[in-house]
Amino acid sequence: MAALNLLPLAPDLFLVVALLFTAWRALYTRALFPAVVFFVAFGMLLALAWMRLEAPDVALAETAIGAGLTGALLMAAVARLRGRDEERP
Amino acid sequence: MKRAGSAVLALVLAGLAALMAWIVTRPVQPGRDVPAHIAGSIGDSGVSHPVTAVLLNFRGYDTLLELVVLLVALAGVRCLAPLPPPRGGAPVGGVLSELASLLLPVLVLVALYLLWAGASRPGGAFQGGALLAAAGILALLAGRDRFLWRFEHRLWPLASLGVGVFLIVAAGTLGGSGVLLGLPPGHAGTLILVIEGFALFSIAVTLVALFLGTGELEDREP
Repeated sequence: MAALNLLPLAPDLFLVVALLFTAWRALYTRALFPAVVFFVAFGMLLALAWMRLEAPDVALAETAIGAGLTGALLMAAVARLRGRDEERP
Repeated sequence: MKRAGSAVLALVLAGLAALMAWIVTRPVQPGRDVPAHIAGSIGDSGVSHPVTAVLLNFRGYDTLLELVVLLVALAGVRCLAPLPPPRGGAPVGGVLSELASLLLPVLVLVALYLLWAGASRPGGAFQGGALLAAAGILALLAGRDRFLWRFEHRLWPLASLGVGVFLIVAAGTLGGSGVLLGLPPGHAGTLILVIEGFALFSIAVTLVALFLGTGELEDREP
């Protein structure tokens, strides 16, 4: 019976685990490009979490600014850092 | 040494988690029912979506300062280096170019829709502005950067348009009703749309300029 009661919570629990996982990978992946990809995935999952909390306004802002634009900025930074690393072995 | 640092960090984090758990489990102070308070006065706000009513009317001052923060961020980046000049060459071919020509009109349309939708459902100037900026960045990446010629020398007027219009409205309401940003209920809807429209444009310009960032930073290194 206890397992049945947990069933409606399953998507939220999955969301929490996925959020923690992507946050961990974004922080501790050594290669920078995969870290940025994890950061963007984290942002999209966070937007889903905001939707689950019934805050669609925050979810929209998180998708557009948090995941989209910050992701683009980080990608540009990675591209620039990569160019510098090749110059200085 | 490193282990000691990790232990301290773990202790701080555990303390923070305990503090948050304590705050969450505290009973909510009765008496100030904010959602009901907002629902009671939403008729005077000019919009029907409570979040937009709070952001642009009841707490318009906060939104004005948010726009100023964006402007200050841009000023910080521009202090480091000038805008990189547009390359002006032929557009990049292939999938990216096709994708850009398909997506650009849709992105602009959805950005404007988000602005309009903000009056009655989730949306608004920041979301729409971010989407418009995404359209600009996509155009840049696809090599269609000729629009940069147009705002290269007018970056500051364009980026501060949103704050400027907001301040003019604020001055107008201060003169008219004596309350800073106390929008008159009869015209609040129109004023909010005007403020948001210019704010959307300025947010998009600012974000694209932030993305362009510091084209010549590397050249200046020793």
